[in-house]
Amino acid sequence: MSDLTSTDAAELGRLLSAGEVTAVEVTRAYLDRIAAEDDALGAYLHVDGESALRTAEQVDAARAGGTATGPLAGIPLALKDVVVTEGVPTTSGSKILEGWRPPYDATLAARLKNAGTVLLGKTNMDEFAMGSSTENSAYRVTRNPWDHDRIPGGSSGGSSAAVAGGLAPWAIGTDTGGSIRQPAAVTGLVGHKPTYGSVSRYGLIAFSSSLDQAGPMTRTVLDAALLHEAVAGHDPLDSTSIASPVPVLAEAARRGAEGDLAGLRVGVVTELGGDGHTDGYDEGVLARFTETVALLESLGAEVRQVSCPAFDLALPAYYLIAPSEASSNLARFDGVRYGLRVGDDGARDLDEVMALTREQGFGPEVKRRIILGTYALSSGYYDAYYGQAQKVRTLINRDFTSAWDDVDVLVSPTSPTVAWEVGARVDDPIAMYAADLCTLPASLAGVPAISVPCGLSEGLPVGFQIMAPALADDRCYKVAAALEAAQDAARGSRFLDQLAARPAGSVA
Amino acid sequence: MSTPSRKDRLTRDEVAHLAHLARLAVTDEELDLFAGQLGAVLDAVAQVGRADVADVPPTTHAVPMTNVFREDVARPSLPRDAVLAGAPAAEDGRIRVPRILGEEA
Repeated sequence: MSDLTSTDAAELGRLLSAGEVTAVEVTRAYLDRIAAEDDALGAYLHVDGESALRTAEQVDAARAGGTATGPLAGIPLALKDVVVTEGVPTTSGSKILEGWRPPYDATLAARLKNAGTVLLGKTNMDEFAMGSSTENSAYRVTRNPWDHDRIPGGSSGGSSAAVAGGLAPWAIGTDTGGSIRQPAAVTGLVGHKPTYGSVSRYGLIAFSSSLDQAGPMTRTVLDAALLHEAVAGHDPLDSTSIASPVPVLAEAARRGAEGDLAGLRVGVVTELGGDGHTDGYDEGVLARFTETVALLESLGAEVRQVSCPAFDLALPAYYLIAPSEASSNLARFDGVRYGLRVGDDGARDLDEVMALTREQGFGPEVKRRIILGTYALSSGYYDAYYGQAQKVRTLINRDFTSAWDDVDVLVSPTSPTVAWEVGARVDDPIAMYAADLCTLPASLAGVPAISVPCGLSEGLPVGFQIMAPALADDRCYKVAAALEAAQDAARGSRFLDQLAARPAGSVA
Repeated sequence: MSTPSRKDRLTRDEVAHLAHLARLAVTDEELDLFAGQLGAVLDAVAQVGRADVADVPPTTHAVPMTNVFREDVARPSLPRDAVLAGAPAAEDGRIRVPRILGEEA
């Protein structure tokens, strides 16, 4: 069963239900690969093999005993370390939470536990999800499985590396400005940011509360839909949770895979890589994007250009709103109730201890964003910065709203470039932020957006982004599945099979 | 609204003041580094000032927000020992905090 670690999660579920493999066998296969390869890859911050095997044994026993088990029971899973897990170390990639074992589960962690999934471990991330390369992790560098000299994207780069690298069948990431979609794009995965409010934020360590959403990072569109369905739905513990039924997504993916997009109206966003807006985009990324738009047309879609002028200001608006909310959210790390405390010698008072704790516990990007957010919210600058950014956010919403009059979905590249080399952008925050150029509009408007692989450039994966109106996540899955099926058919194999077919850590 | 003028980038003193407000005991080296980097970031984000936003209301949340009520029913809290186990210092079944009053108090 050496190929268990390249099998997609839906197929693993089928094998498990049919009794063709046991949860212990599947879990052990993944743990073996983690033990052999994660020193080099750096995807995980915490792996508890004994606990995973114990859970797997329980699932196997329940299944053997005829106890009802759900379709996900026994499938291993990785969670980004921003997800609070009872008794399992949770750091959000920060030294300020080193060694913390939370006393409760995030709602999505509890739902996945109840579904019988097997938690393999917690994945690396940019500290407090601030970054686009996972290099802002306080703990380790994570490598891109396609080329170990390159970044896996971020901030959910541990999750992307784990799933693309065969160290987890699927994973949960979180997306504030693109942190699911961009790492998925640069590692050849499917990554979906759900409609804001459709997946509970209870127990996600908050970065920017009006933007944060958790979602699936998977090898196939169907897997993403299944994992999304498993975590979605109203949660009274999250006051921004939308009280609507769990959306029907796997069925949308299956329908999409049939390949008929007749009547679908697709808008190509001019401001995201279109005419006059190609600065900073790789030629190869734009070429794959153009080919994929043509593929949509060949599947029956009607394609037109759509201009969304306010999208040009998404990046400055985001880098005011997110740091402002972060500066407020991260005030909770005060050295009192959990995590690190520095300098508490009886002589220093609370303020001094707090300042020393935060100085030692936070990394440079977190400090930069807290200072920037403090500035943007400060008296005298509020209107010009934070207030103005919130109005730009309204303009971005209006661009989306008027686009939906004419089209069903909007498309763009997911990120302007392929994965860059480790270290290339660490000293240049502006260059790092540019990786989020295409993902930010959907974040600010709270609409769903998916990234699906659309080919290689320079031997590295390129992502195609599909955005839809709020609560129309099913459209993202349908269109992504149609593209995936058409590309798989043309290639004769799945996208990630190209990675397995070449020597580890090399670019073809 | 016009683009905020940031020709004079964030000074070291301004960064030090902001860091103090945010309870960050930054080092001299960080002040040098952050003043330059934040100046560049501020120039970039100041572009929001280009937008014509006369009569445009701000958006605070992506979805319309309404107050959410729930039944006022007592529910179990987290177990005390589990919470204290995660605290940096505990004493007598409580979280022990650093000194909060000055010497003269």
